[in-house]
Amino acid sequence: MPTFFEKKQLVTPGELLAEGDYLPGENTFVEAGKIYASRIGLVDSENKKVNVVALRAFYVPKTGDIVIGTVIEVGFNGWTVDIKAPYTAMLRASDVLSRPFKPQNDELSAVLNAGDLIVAKIASYDRAHDPQLTVGEPGLGKITRGQILHVTPTKIPRVIGRKGSMISMIKQESNCQIILGLNGVVLVTGKNLEDEELAISAIRKIEEESHTSGLTDRITQLLKEKKPTQPKVEENKVE
Amino acid sequence: MNEKPDKLIDKKGIRLDGRKADELRPLKLQVGVLPNADGSAYIEHGKNKILAAAYGPREMHPKHLAQADRMVLRCRYHMAPFSVQERKSPAPSRREVELSKVIKEALEPALFLELYPRTGVDVFVEVLQADGGTRCAAITAAALAIADAGVPMKDLVVACAAGKIDDTVVVDLFDAEDKLGAADVPVAYMPNLNAVTLLQMDGILAPDEFEKAINMAMEGCKVIYQMQKEALKTKYMVVKEAEE
Repeated sequence: MPTFFEKKQLVTPGELLAEGDYLPGENTFVEAGKIYASRIGLVDSENKKVNVVALRAFYVPKTGDIVIGTVIEVGFNGWTVDIKAPYTAMLRASDVLSRPFKPQNDELSAVLNAGDLIVAKIASYDRAHDPQLTVGEPGLGKITRGQILHVTPTKIPRVIGRKGSMISMIKQESNCQIILGLNGVVLVTGKNLEDEELAISAIRKIEEESHTSGLTDRITQLLKEKKPTQPKVEENKVE
Repeated sequence: MNEKPDKLIDKKGIRLDGRKADELRPLKLQVGVLPNADGSAYIEHGKNKILAAAYGPREMHPKHLAQADRMVLRCRYHMAPFSVQERKSPAPSRREVELSKVIKEALEPALFLELYPRTGVDVFVEVLQADGGTRCAAITAAALAIADAGVPMKDLVVACAAGKIDDTVVVDLFDAEDKLGAADVPVAYMPNLNAVTLLQMDGILAPDEFEKAINMAMEGCKVIYQMQKEALKTKYMVVKEAEE
């Protein structure tokens, strides 16, 4: 029952990973009892499970995920939302209005118009139906301020860090509110532009260096290095 | 090479472009050359220069082409007007429509079509300069572009041709050999799964010659496959090395 890889080795689609008593994990598949990689990424095995952490992938909707999307169309009884997935999502008017929706009374484009950004949760999704969104929870709804940046969806877990360590550190050091859409869209809202820029530069660095070790230390360093410039700005304002 | 040469291969077994019978043309592969595409690749196979771009999986437009139970792969093979000696009309020719279909069918077995129903993946292949064996080079580049787009694949598809010039079976024919030679056998192949996804023949070969040609083409595929893997890894290695 051999394996054919070293830990953290870069593999390409079709590369043989293991044979025999192993389980196929993420981004792998089984053909004739052998496990192969299906995406470019880094292999890792946990117990008897062989995983490939993809370096390039797209977002696939999952019920319960928080995503950030752009309204692309106002329809008769809802909105079509681009969530950077293979499928466009639907947001129903009755979900947003929290009362029965009447087409003759309500003008949907006054609530959300094409081009608006929303934070939403995936209410339902399966193979046969496009994803349905909901905004009926605290923290969800239209985005009115802040900056948006795009990250490869597979790297979102790295931005979050172990038990949220990375993201909470960035939030603390930059004084920003950060919402991570699992579809790779990140919303950063701070009190001023400098705070937001700091948080964005940290997230960009994580994305670029996501597959290296000791990243947390380097991000801490980056945040500390860039931070001292901020009080000066505030001083100038006081003068 | 406007006049027909007496011989395509000399007594010493050297071909018109100086290669031996089992020698491939020089190859260069690059991944991620087009930032606007989800995935892209560029190949220089001898004098062939081909760009491939992949988009998706995304919603199918027009919608009626979407399949309820699987993903649809669409390919467009196109030759630039300046890709050949005589200007080629930019409108899709019969040959291009056929090659688009052939490339699509060569790539399809490598994809997990059932994973993303109702979506489509678009692959665009643009031949910038052609010198024989463009379908093979196009398949090699297109497979890289799809992998670069992050679409799950069973294996990279790699293609190489073999054929007969004068009385010798040779690998990787270029334009003159293709036109003046006796036969051309392009083969697309998934080396890890040991599966052939494209097999065509233009010309006449004896059964033993045919077998030899297929084996030669598959050997060629294996060599190109290593370079293909290397090219894909290089794109993602650059980041790693920059830090170290």
